[in-house]
Amino acid sequence: MKLSYFPGCSLGSTAKEYDYSARSVCQALGMELVELKDWVCCGATSAHSTNHLLSIALPSRNLALAQETGLDLAVPCSACYNRVKKADYNMRHNDEMRQKIEEIVEFKYRGQVNVYSLLEALITKIGVEAIAKNVKKPLKGLKVVCFYGCLLVRPPEVTCFDNSENPVALDNIVKALGAESIPWSYKTDCCGANLGLTSSNVVQGMVNRLLEAAKEAGAMALVTACPLCQSNLEMRRKERGTDLPAFYFTELIGLAMDLPDCRKWFNLHLINPKPLLQSLSLAD
Amino acid sequence: MSFLNGDKRNFFNAVREMSRQPIELCYQCQKCASGCIATEYADYYPNEILRMVQFGQKDRVLNSSSIWICSSCETCGARCPNGINIAEVMDALKEIAIRENKVKEKNIHLFHSVFLNSARAHGRVHEGTMMAIYKFKSGDLMSDMDIGWEMFRKGKLPILPHRIKAKGQLRKIFDKTTAHS
Repeated sequence: MKLSYFPGCSLGSTAKEYDYSARSVCQALGMELVELKDWVCCGATSAHSTNHLLSIALPSRNLALAQETGLDLAVPCSACYNRVKKADYNMRHNDEMRQKIEEIVEFKYRGQVNVYSLLEALITKIGVEAIAKNVKKPLKGLKVVCFYGCLLVRPPEVTCFDNSENPVALDNIVKALGAESIPWSYKTDCCGANLGLTSSNVVQGMVNRLLEAAKEAGAMALVTACPLCQSNLEMRRKERGTDLPAFYFTELIGLAMDLPDCRKWFNLHLINPKPLLQSLSLAD
Repeated sequence: MSFLNGDKRNFFNAVREMSRQPIELCYQCQKCASGCIATEYADYYPNEILRMVQFGQKDRVLNSSSIWICSSCETCGARCPNGINIAEVMDALKEIAIRENKVKEKNIHLFHSVFLNSARAHGRVHEGTMMAIYKFKSGDLMSDMDIGWEMFRKGKLPILPHRIKAKGQLRKIFDKTTAHS
């Protein structure tokens, strides 16, 4: 199976471990990711906060590139995914906008590319059962809470994925890996996103609320599918020790599949996850 | 909605048209406010913003922090019984505030400009220089130095940006979208 892959800017820098683990895991599960040639930034929050048209045009450029490949598109970063999916939704449902964008981006929209988050691609194309079958080292004893954040599931009419109030896709994967996913009420709360740099007090408040809730639920770690969530959860906390690291779900799949690169990914975290994994005999 | 005052009507209509949202349907159930995690840092609840738009209170809305502190998490819109995507309304209000030079949260706007300048220059955002330029321009030089250094040490802030090939096409997208709006 082959999919186009739009990693996004963060996966080339602050979220390198997500990119590395996503590529390794997909390859090991038989899903070939072909990086879009010459992809551009999706514009993220900055485009939709300042220029609506630009916020549809930039991701549409990537839609145009994906269309040329003839493959469906997988996007690991929740923010990029949301922008591309929203652009696709606009192109499908708003004729006036589609015509404007076709003129600006200079392409003809054919509506043949399905846009998936990497999580959705793995769930629908590979499946939880197949992931479970590939587990070599079950993550026994690891108790986590799954944090989906905002953009993976909202707005529901655009994402059309899972339940927007109580999603279960990540929980199902975590269970398939042999770990325990603890129910909690903060699955789809916001981490503060890009306010981290401009209003770190706001993000620190939001993140600490999440960490306290995770601790209260009895979690040892958090699992995310978004580089903004992961970096805010590890960066914007009062004290950075080794408690409650935030894993990308692909890192946990890789760990359970005993892929050789795991160590490299974990070294990149701001909260070192090794003491936790060692205490459970899941890492050397 | 009917207005006696033309300016108020124009403002309401402009926000409604730009956001493409049925703002007049809001009946103040406050479901948006009860799920909004940004309210403790903002000056108005989302339903208050909608009410002020309904009343055409342009200056109060455009000068609020809330429209900038909103992180577009979209919880409010997903739960609104009247199908109002409030994050889209907040975006339209930000665009109008920029146009009218009434930006309350200057640093947040500065961040967006620096971010988009980086995307425009290279095709992709170069996080290292983007953050450095923001820090320099906002005057907030000292915070996060430790985190920045740690990221750099781990190789997470590459020194050189990746430059895309189709620069001309990208420039056109920026120019045309700016001209349209």
